[in-house]
Amino acid sequence: MKAAELDLVLDRYEPVIGLEVHAQLKTASKIFCGCATTYGAPPNTQVCPVCLGYPGVLPVLNAGAVELAVTAALALGCAVHETSLFARKHYFYPDLPKGYQISQFDRPLATGGSLTIVRDDDAEKSIGITRVHLEEDAGKSTHTESGTLVDFNRCGTPLIEIVSEPDLRSPREAYLYLRSLKQTLEYLEVSDCNMEEGSLRCDANVSLRPVGRSEFGTKTEVKNVNSFRYVEDALAFEIERQAGLLEAGEEVVHETRLWDSARGEARPMRSKEESHDYRYFPEPDLEPLAVDATMSEGIRSGLPEMPRVRAARFVTEHGLPAYDAEVLTATRALADYYEAAVELFNEPKEVSNWVMGEVLRLANERGQSVRLEPTPQPIAPADLARLLENKQGGRISGSAAKEVLTIMVEEGGGDPLVIIEDRGLEQISDATALETEIEAVIEAHPEEVEAYRGGKVGLLGFFVGQVMKRTKGQANPELVNQILREKLG
Amino acid sequence: MKITPEEVRHIARLARLELTADEVTRFQVELSQILDYVAQLEDIESGVSAEPTPPDQPLRQDVVEPCADPSALHGQAPDFVDGLFRVPRVIE
Amino acid sequence: MTRTVSATAISANVRSGETSAVDVVDAALERVAALDLNAFLSVRAEAARTDAADVDRRVAEGESLALAGVPVAVKDNIALRGGPTTCGSRLLEPYVSPYDATAVTRLKAAGAVVVGKTNLDEFAMGSSTENSAFGPTRNPHDRDRVAGGSSGGSAAAVAAGAVPIALGSSTGGSVRQPAAFCGVVGVKPTYGRVSRYGLVAFGSSFDQIGTLSTSVEDAAQLLEVVAGSDPSDATTRPEPVEELAAAIDSWEPRGARIGWPKEYFATGLDPEIRCACETALERLAAGGAEIVEVSLPHSERGVAVYYIVAIAEASSNLARYDGVRYGFRAPADDLQSMYFRTRAAFGAEVKRRIMLGTYVLSAGYYEAFYGKGTAVRARITSDFDAAWEQVDVLLAPTTPTPAFRIGEKVEDPLEMYLNDIYTVSANLAGIPAISIPYGAIDGLPIGVQLMGPSLSERRLFEVARFLERGVGSGSSP
Repeated sequence: MKAAELDLVLDRYEPVIGLEVHAQLKTASKIFCGCATTYGAPPNTQVCPVCLGYPGVLPVLNAGAVELAVTAALALGCAVHETSLFARKHYFYPDLPKGYQISQFDRPLATGGSLTIVRDDDAEKSIGITRVHLEEDAGKSTHTESGTLVDFNRCGTPLIEIVSEPDLRSPREAYLYLRSLKQTLEYLEVSDCNMEEGSLRCDANVSLRPVGRSEFGTKTEVKNVNSFRYVEDALAFEIERQAGLLEAGEEVVHETRLWDSARGEARPMRSKEESHDYRYFPEPDLEPLAVDATMSEGIRSGLPEMPRVRAARFVTEHGLPAYDAEVLTATRALADYYEAAVELFNEPKEVSNWVMGEVLRLANERGQSVRLEPTPQPIAPADLARLLENKQGGRISGSAAKEVLTIMVEEGGGDPLVIIEDRGLEQISDATALETEIEAVIEAHPEEVEAYRGGKVGLLGFFVGQVMKRTKGQANPELVNQILREKLG
Repeated sequence: MKITPEEVRHIARLARLELTADEVTRFQVELSQILDYVAQLEDIESGVSAEPTPPDQPLRQDVVEPCADPSALHGQAPDFVDGLFRVPRVIE
Repeated sequence: MTRTVSATAISANVRSGETSAVDVVDAALERVAALDLNAFLSVRAEAARTDAADVDRRVAEGESLALAGVPVAVKDNIALRGGPTTCGSRLLEPYVSPYDATAVTRLKAAGAVVVGKTNLDEFAMGSSTENSAFGPTRNPHDRDRVAGGSSGGSAAAVAAGAVPIALGSSTGGSVRQPAAFCGVVGVKPTYGRVSRYGLVAFGSSFDQIGTLSTSVEDAAQLLEVVAGSDPSDATTRPEPVEELAAAIDSWEPRGARIGWPKEYFATGLDPEIRCACETALERLAAGGAEIVEVSLPHSERGVAVYYIVAIAEASSNLARYDGVRYGFRAPADDLQSMYFRTRAAFGAEVKRRIMLGTYVLSAGYYEAFYGKGTAVRARITSDFDAAWEQVDVLLAPTTPTPAFRIGEKVEDPLEMYLNDIYTVSANLAGIPAISIPYGAIDGLPIGVQLMGPSLSERRLFEVARFLERGVGSGSSP
């Protein structure tokens, strides 16, 4: 839908949007069994009798999953309950082995948090978090002509479901919320949040009400909004559709719709009378989950600095412009990288320029992300720092430094000085050597010398260029300028 | 408590049980009888459903312990092709 | 019917080298083959001989095995690696278990040899073994009568002398009731005392693996082997297992307080069973025990609670039998038809319970049924807690009647359910209970039941052994 059409709708109706986000937790093993959670393994190789729901098996809760879920809940400002209960949620589907999903229902892990988004007009808005609970993922179904094919590798991967309050008022806000949530979960290293791999998934509840009205309208649930690209599209589609109904005097039907990104529409799922009758009851195979104050406090004290706080510190302590601070804190890995480099070469703005510029560019070219762990990419901060030291010391020119960095990345590091020597890239900062070159240039261009001395000072650039040409770009430009002025003056 | 044939069919659908017409009639009678019997609980107040027993959830450390032989599990499937469990297609 | 050599005696003989595990198991396999009660669903003759040879080797190497060479039967809802675990159901007929239940692992570690898997009501749902998809088990005392259920196959196999001990499972009375009907000792341990890992779930918050044996001592020995906490079952109790079998003979009733729950002796109880209970109480009193009348006011509602909460859990536990990953699948062109037709292969009783369980959990009914059921369950538990203030052990009938005729109650599910009236409460409260043979009516055995507080198995065995000495070991019809 065109933005203009949506704007027209938004003039008359206010959308009320709440998001339910499922994030896979970054554990090594599944939530109730010892199977690996590695993405991309051959189908049905990471399965066992427990996650396949064999007769007689029982779930045993993964301590790592609890810790990550509590971490996320605390970072989102939720109250983590000392006792929470697991419950069975029943429905039949081929990728749900037991006929029920072990989830949490009326006694979730945590409730009542919030997440701040920064709107496009720079205004901050706090979005309420209703609850955060733990549950298990289902397998993956693929529908083909010959039948539905199921891979259970994903089945039993720990998930947290994060339910927002219906506080979002536009598709754009929903997008910003999702982006902020993703950034938060990534910072916490709780989830990879990779939408392409399905480790972050989103369902949206949407309703419309006439502008100025306080009661909510009838909502629909849009499922399968599984890419950042489609969040705004899917919500805009549904808002426009609902507005069309309301304008025509029709009623919005409470239903579940499935977003089809290929067709750009949200189609109703076949409405079944029992589709909402999940028959929840407390999971008898698991005891209540206890998270005592000691555990909560231990996790709280280990929470990393969150992006907004970190960006503010980069501005006040490092003197970086706000723009730099925001870019550098986009991911925890990038911010960590920047800080590691500043630690070794204490010129924050210079490091910022290089990290935001050449380092990011070189990583992108290689399809990498900038990071420290487990191996530094695209280059170790120590190597970057050494390069910048030599640049500052005048042994490498700015233009040569970029070339040296590229070589270092290609060669997986190395001593910048050796690279400079090997390729003859060392900057000539020896005044005597430069004087010889400059005198040769002056001698070769008497007419230009005449003109310069006659007042055409703009010709200085010409002389500099000639010197650079003779020195293959290795002359220290500042020194060349200085000596030229003296000799021509 | 009288259960209607419609309720019987609704419950059977929730539970994915195919019932014959005979079974619907029989379950209508039997379920009604059983529900009448369990109705003796109605006069008991449900208020005392106390807090669950002091929680003591034994947890498993987050360590990968893979299944020794997943292929033995594949062999149990009624229909398994190219590494995937197959079921008849889903008709929407 | 052969006189059974006890597990304790077999084990001692194998350990001492007086006999070999192979010989013991061979003889047991012969008895199993000669049995004509439909007690076994599968017999693992070759595997059992191999296992027995292995036990002989271990004994020769000096291992001290508590159940060296003891042949054991295992109810067919307990997983045994490499063989069937049918649960008495068509849905699991093609299924082969890829793993051992924890209880089976512990049996094997103790040198016991599993000779076969025994018949049961489908998914342990029933009180007569008539609900098995593979036909009813007959009572060795009267072939026209039921062996009880759901662990009817295990009870009949032990009563007929084919094996000295067997594992069963209890959700509402499925060990004690068949034990009483067949005249053997049946134990339902404290909830969480034996790992449920590998026990196919029926009512998860009730289910416990139990023991069937010809003597109290064997029951204690068997439970000692299979009991204990298990990292694969989050609901097992962490407390260490005390010695259960050693020196239980030395217990005397003097100073013990034995409770007599008056609600258990109300209408519907066969007068001769009442009489047997009174005889047992008199014997204890004569030994110096104090007999105290106690009240368990909510016990009459136990069956109703059971048929809400256990059945709700059952409807959930049986959702996994969908024909997708293992077991039976009915041919179908689309997914929903596959579900409906596959699950239509459940037997009538299982369907009835799935229907009822689904109903009580469905939208709008949860509070009225499940909520109410758990509330009354809590009251039944507090009734018992109050009783333990007054007494150490409760003595009661196991069943209202002796074994009934095959076919007698199949048409009346409610009447069948009421068979559990004296046994369900222990499952609801999670407490241990034991049924021991105590006399007979016209050749049909009678069971007397003892119940105690959580983890009081040792005390129950002591009292049961005292009573057993009065009637002689086992019951030989």
